[in-house]
Amino acid sequence: MIKAGLIGLGKMGLSHYSIINAHPDVTVSAVCDTSGFVLSAIEQYAGARPYKDYKSMIEREDLDCVVVSTPTSTHAEIVQFAMEQGLHVFVEKPFCLDLEDGRRLIECARNNNRVNQVGYHFRFVGAFAKMQELLAEEIIGPVYHFTAEAYGPVVLRPKGMTWRAQKAEGGGCLHDYASHAVNLIQYLIGRPVRVGGSVLKSIYSKTVEDAVYATLFLKNEVTGQLSVNWSDEAYRKMSTQVTAYGTRGKIISDRQECKIYLREEGRGSLQKGWNILYTTELTRPVYFYLRGEEYSAQIDYFVQKIKSGDIQNINSFEEAFQTDQVLEWIIQDAEQRR
Amino acid sequence: MDRILFGDNQFFGINHMSEEKARNQAMKFRDVASILRVLDTAYDLGIRTFMCTTHDRIADVCEYMRARPDRYGEFKFYPGMPYAHKYANAVTELGILGAVKKYIPGSFLGTLFTGGKALATKDFIAMMKLMVDAEMKMFEGLNTEVIFLQNVVTDLLLGLELKDVFKSYADHIRNRYRAEPAFFTMNLPRLLDLLEECGIENPIICSSVNKIGFRMCGGIELYEKTIRERKFRPVAMSIFASGAIAPREAVEYICNQEKIESIVFGASSKSHIQETKELIESMSSRNP
Repeated sequence: MIKAGLIGLGKMGLSHYSIINAHPDVTVSAVCDTSGFVLSAIEQYAGARPYKDYKSMIEREDLDCVVVSTPTSTHAEIVQFAMEQGLHVFVEKPFCLDLEDGRRLIECARNNNRVNQVGYHFRFVGAFAKMQELLAEEIIGPVYHFTAEAYGPVVLRPKGMTWRAQKAEGGGCLHDYASHAVNLIQYLIGRPVRVGGSVLKSIYSKTVEDAVYATLFLKNEVTGQLSVNWSDEAYRKMSTQVTAYGTRGKIISDRQECKIYLREEGRGSLQKGWNILYTTELTRPVYFYLRGEEYSAQIDYFVQKIKSGDIQNINSFEEAFQTDQVLEWIIQDAEQRR
Repeated sequence: MDRILFGDNQFFGINHMSEEKARNQAMKFRDVASILRVLDTAYDLGIRTFMCTTHDRIADVCEYMRARPDRYGEFKFYPGMPYAHKYANAVTELGILGAVKKYIPGSFLGTLFTGGKALATKDFIAMMKLMVDAEMKMFEGLNTEVIFLQNVVTDLLLGLELKDVFKSYADHIRNRYRAEPAFFTMNLPRLLDLLEECGIENPIICSSVNKIGFRMCGGIELYEKTIRERKFRPVAMSIFASGAIAPREAVEYICNQEKIESIVFGASSKSHIQETKELIESMSSRNP
């Protein structure tokens, strides 16, 4: 059995706790949170030992891995400590606010030979995995342009009381929503090398941006538009969509479906014109379901990597660091514009 | 339970197949009147049970029907609580403690009221009961003989193995509402194991059941075996797997799982409701 510790029991932390606790190869032996309220509930009703301080948890417990779901500003010190104590680490996205921290942690994971995974769960969504496969086969020819969009109803009034409304802690639409869209582009199309025309717009928030608009430039003159807004009440929950334009067609994907338009006769079962592949055929079964297959799939992937001792994992610190870099460029570009 | 239960996903822009379809539905059902029109149609076609979330708009539906007992006297509501996005958004905005405070009535008045007392003493079971009561308020005076826990909450608690919470929920539903506690889940076999360990006997469990095994966590064979061999009252949802299975084929599959008591489906047009209802009835009578 792999022994896991959970650090941070907010919305994502509790969800990870439930998902990893249900895993047949894992037992959750300890949990850590700063809120006495949440810890008491866990202590009273769940089996894990509660801690207020992550260092004492890691030192006292004989853990194999930790799942870190704390505010982004605290990732660096927690992840470094855990890695240095020889633990495999799964950390929530985005990775780090400071690029220097990110560089150091990549090195740290390499030196300690530990699995290092960041929670960009969209890579585990069937429709996006299919899109990636089709793009890699160049089914629509070389991609020349894309749009990456994410919309949802997170902030709809000025008053924000959690860390998500604090810039210094990693709050704001850029780190929360836009990081997903940027990371998906890296996975599907390639790594941006520079950004332009960046706008960080506050709509309701006083302290952070609620929308992010930018142009992303990739190698080989591939370009794309990033359009992200977490203050859009017309959406029931986060909705993420990527459209890739190629010389022989285009692909539009979201969590539910992968829609492919081909100008010529395609390969295999794909026909000229529109082809629609649904989540029902693209989604692989998972060991446990909570909120979406992708959340269990990413945790299972983490567990399998630990079991196999193979630390060449996807969603690695290095890939997440590249996303952090793009976010940093967007901040700098937007500030210059101002 | 009736053989046919009418679901409400279509009213709230929930579609597991396509975001575009979901948006079209959200546009179509932009007000309560448009929802009531469909419910009237279903009622006139003989459907008597409405399985609904505790969305704000359902409160308006309840109010409308409460005021017209002559027309809707036979109508049963099977609430599914909570409307999870309401809480998820509150947690993002206010944190977990903040969200609990927001939805526990009276808590802002400090320790004077039960809510505040439960918070102060960290009596989580008392808090859970208060939250159930807050969700149930909209159904006052209406027939709610079965009350469901939504799958996001059921499956979160299941993963955490919070047996005491399941037990207390079931007791509270039985004692306070004289109703049957019921559960939505995406993990049927695992949930049934846990509920049995909790001593919750012969529970009503609503889960995805469909011919292609979509969202049937544990696998289609294990689901079929569980339904065939174990003691619980199965309700099937997602029988069409969001349109991936042809209606006749989908219903035939469900009716062959003989122990399934009830089937939930949602639809927006009269012809669609009628066709599905007739299909279920004709296939059910073939396999009594």
